[in-house]
Amino acid sequence: MFEFLTPHQAILIVVIPLLASPICLIVRHSGIAWLIALVASWISFAIAINLLNQVTTVGPISYLLGNWPAPWGIEYKVDTLSAFVLLFISGISSITLIFARKSVYFEIAEDRIYLFYTMFLLAFAGLLGITITGDAFNLFVFLEISSLSSYVLISLGSSRNALTAAYRYLILGTVGATFYVIGVGLLYQMTGTLNIADLADRMPELSDTKTVLISLGFITVGIGLKLGLFPLHVWLPNAYAYAPSVVTAFLAATATKVAVYVLLRVYFTIFGYQIFNKLVIDELLLVLGLIAVISMSIVAIFQTNIKKLLAYSSVAQVGYMVIGISAVTVTGLTSTILHLFNHALIKGGLFLALAAIFLRIKSVKIDDMAGLGKLMPFTMAAFLMSGLSLIGVPLTVGFISKWYLILATLEKGWWPVAIIVLIGSLLSIVYVWKVIEIAYFRPVPDKSSKIKEAPLSMLIPIWILVTANYYFGIATDYTISSALSAAKELMGVAL
Amino acid sequence: MIELPPGLILIVGAFLLPFFHGNVRNIYMLLLPIFGIWGLLTVSNGVYFPFEIFGYNLSPVRIDRLSLLFGYIFHIAAIISLIYAFHLKDTVQQMAGLIYAGAAIGGAFAGDLITLFIYWEITAIASVFLIWSSRTEASFKAGMRYLIIQVGSGVLLLAGAIIHFHKTGSIAFDKMNLSGLGPILIFVAFGIKAAFPLLHNWLVDAYPEATVTGTVFLSAFTTKLAIYALARGFPGTEMLIWIGATMTAFPIFYAVIENNLRRVLTYSLNNQLGFMVVGIGIGTELSINGTAAHAFSHILYKAVLFMSMGAVLYRTGTIKGSELGGLYKTMPYTTGFCIVGAASASAFPLFSGFISKSLIVTAAAVEGHWFVWGVLLFASASVFYHSGIKIPYFAFFQHDSGKRPQEAPKNMLAAMGIAAFLCIAIGVYPYWLYDILPYNVDYKPYTTTHVVTQLQLLFFSALAFGWLMRTGLYPPELKSTNLDFDWSYRVFIPKILNIVANSIKIINASLESVIHKILAFVNANLSKHHGRSGILARTSSLGGSVTMIISVLAVLIIIFYFET
Repeated sequence: MFEFLTPHQAILIVVIPLLASPICLIVRHSGIAWLIALVASWISFAIAINLLNQVTTVGPISYLLGNWPAPWGIEYKVDTLSAFVLLFISGISSITLIFARKSVYFEIAEDRIYLFYTMFLLAFAGLLGITITGDAFNLFVFLEISSLSSYVLISLGSSRNALTAAYRYLILGTVGATFYVIGVGLLYQMTGTLNIADLADRMPELSDTKTVLISLGFITVGIGLKLGLFPLHVWLPNAYAYAPSVVTAFLAATATKVAVYVLLRVYFTIFGYQIFNKLVIDELLLVLGLIAVISMSIVAIFQTNIKKLLAYSSVAQVGYMVIGISAVTVTGLTSTILHLFNHALIKGGLFLALAAIFLRIKSVKIDDMAGLGKLMPFTMAAFLMSGLSLIGVPLTVGFISKWYLILATLEKGWWPVAIIVLIGSLLSIVYVWKVIEIAYFRPVPDKSSKIKEAPLSMLIPIWILVTANYYFGIATDYTISSALSAAKELMGVAL
Repeated sequence: MIELPPGLILIVGAFLLPFFHGNVRNIYMLLLPIFGIWGLLTVSNGVYFPFEIFGYNLSPVRIDRLSLLFGYIFHIAAIISLIYAFHLKDTVQQMAGLIYAGAAIGGAFAGDLITLFIYWEITAIASVFLIWSSRTEASFKAGMRYLIIQVGSGVLLLAGAIIHFHKTGSIAFDKMNLSGLGPILIFVAFGIKAAFPLLHNWLVDAYPEATVTGTVFLSAFTTKLAIYALARGFPGTEMLIWIGATMTAFPIFYAVIENNLRRVLTYSLNNQLGFMVVGIGIGTELSINGTAAHAFSHILYKAVLFMSMGAVLYRTGTIKGSELGGLYKTMPYTTGFCIVGAASASAFPLFSGFISKSLIVTAAAVEGHWFVWGVLLFASASVFYHSGIKIPYFAFFQHDSGKRPQEAPKNMLAAMGIAAFLCIAIGVYPYWLYDILPYNVDYKPYTTTHVVTQLQLLFFSALAFGWLMRTGLYPPELKSTNLDFDWSYRVFIPKILNIVANSIKIINASLESVIHKILAFVNANLSKHHGRSGILARTSSLGGSVTMIISVLAVLIIIFYFET
């Protein structure tokens, strides 16, 4: 029935949530808005699955907006990497939205709920747009769409701190976006084009000019801010901690991942991996990544607010991804791309479980979680199992990406790096175990004896993610082959 | 075709056991291996359920004649052991028994080393509960030693398998050459489970401590799984001939002087394993057939013997030869079954041991291993001496101990009856067994020479026993403790370790205080920077953050600018 739409998939995946967003605004009804968001997200998810299948069988897809030919008009481009990222963004969003209904009712005033879904869809459309576009300036537009809507989403948090956290993110995020656009502007000045493929074509002859190198500096800092690269992560812990629970889960699982995606695009597609031979940028990333892994894990250990704990852990996890990039090898990139996907599953599961806990105990403080293992057995079991995946226990996705990361470091002969990565895993045992110990081994305090298990509409999405953590940890073919071919595309190795 | 990996039905089924009670549970338990063996009757050779994980090609089920034979006998042993344990109300023992049997069956069908390792460890863990279920201090300690050694064997197996994989690129469980670290580790792992000399102590340590019913399970599976693994992995490895020959000979002396009759049987079990190991070492079709056939009949008659001794222990509360005697008056059936088992063990013509052991002995002769052949003959004669005569004689006849226990419970009698019947059936009509051996057999056990040689051997052995008893030269069954090699690690090494431990304690105490100081220092510093209000966790002012961002940018740009 919808065959005539198939050639337009690449635009529909973005346009559907983008158009659904104002519809939510018009209906002004919380339930219907939720339904619209849910349907839009699932349609995008279906398209994403279809796109990845198509890319792996037929090859990259190019879609010309308004049929304007490529360097002049805006081009949407889907290759293995972008299809893979689209897949898990839309997947996480679809699962989070099932979960969102009850959680949002609980955390946000009812007359604002339709606004929440409006903004959620905008942020979602923005993230998809960043991923799919083949135009460096269009990317900036989508970056701003997703950023501005996520500032609003964060400010909807129930505590007053949410406003300051959102404001801080607004300022810093805007600085980041500005840096990015300055970088792109410098590139435009040198090349006269904004199309990513076109930029890549012209880059080899220009890559020695100072202007181009300085543009790389601006873009690195700008995107580094967005992805929470240590030490540019300062906005992240508070934003995650005070945002509504669903927003935290969604942003933690997708927003930083998309930023890593942009970094990969800029470094490997536009500039090409040869740039790492000229600049010390890989060493810089390696050092920052290593500091992030160790230092942020230790900070996480000291936290008593579990949302903040997980937020710092996310910064540490970004460190793993950056280390993967800094190897500049196919294995290294494979580990980074795998970890994008795997970390989305892990943190999605953890933050959703935490959201369910917040619904019941109205707190995310570690001391209030005493005895939750008995009171909310299914939720805590999900937290525990996702936590094991975060640590990287075999048979979980966390193990797979760490395994590849260690392979990549050993390939380069970086023994000390491999050891530091392992120490990072040990530290993550400490902060995960901290929660587990309180929840399972502390007696149930009297005041919380009436706490019930989370509702089924929350448990099902949580457990879908937990199951995915183990399914993709065992049946690794699909993710590894996608990540590997994406990494080969980036490194320009023949498939 | 095949719907389920063999053995899995027992393992999975075991977890449903707590939902059944009384006779329903007994019937349910019995149905599991019956279904299992039913499934085996219709399968055809081949590899089933292959899949790939972490780059290893696993083939969880490989069916051929060798694995099928062990599959059959493991199922039969499971059925017999389960019937023997019908009177139990102990869920733990029943579940452990089922899982143990299932894992041994699964191991016999494992087509790759990883699967084998998994089943290998399940047998170790499940079986230790059969020892612990005695619920005595001694059984707990023996079980612990048993567990450490068994799990250790599994770890060696895994290490060997991984090294082997990296060298050859194949994880398949096929014939290996004993060269390189991988196969050697695997060989040692198998050797521990097969109770090679000096690696055998767990066997005589743990089996006599297990429960009455547990020992019956134990006697069937662990060591025979190892024999299977050796036959699969290392047939024709010459070293095995000498290891096996030693194994047949040296437990005899312990068996002769041992007073605990279940321990006598364990030594005799070890000695019988020696025959099988020799068969594997010779590695001809005839000898591999002999090993397989002997494992088959050995499981049956050893089960009968352990069951009858178990019944004696169950009824009288003791199993010391010096405290028993004259039981035939009130336990006639048990006595009868015990004699059948003893006759089979001693390889009397018309009993199962005769038709299987002679395959191995003949194979040794055919290949010209005359010295080994001699050792085997000596060992055969002495088996009759300690298993064939000693066990029934001391338990049921001898001087009257005055004990008048009841006959064994009906389920025990039924189990012994089935096993004894099979012993005789195979002995009388061996072709039923010969037809399922790994290779086609053209061997006639009942030739005049064979029968006469064997009878001569047996009668002279009996004569020696009689003469020794008459003249009072036979070592009396004293309440004594016999020192085996395991004394070294049960007494000597612990003593040394104790001394070492004490000195370590002193050093440790002083180190500890130093480390404490260092840790306190590190912790103070860590929380200063990483703690909740530390610089790394603080939310600094907006201006501060932006300043930092700008300085990062500045640093980057300066580096980029001047580097090129």
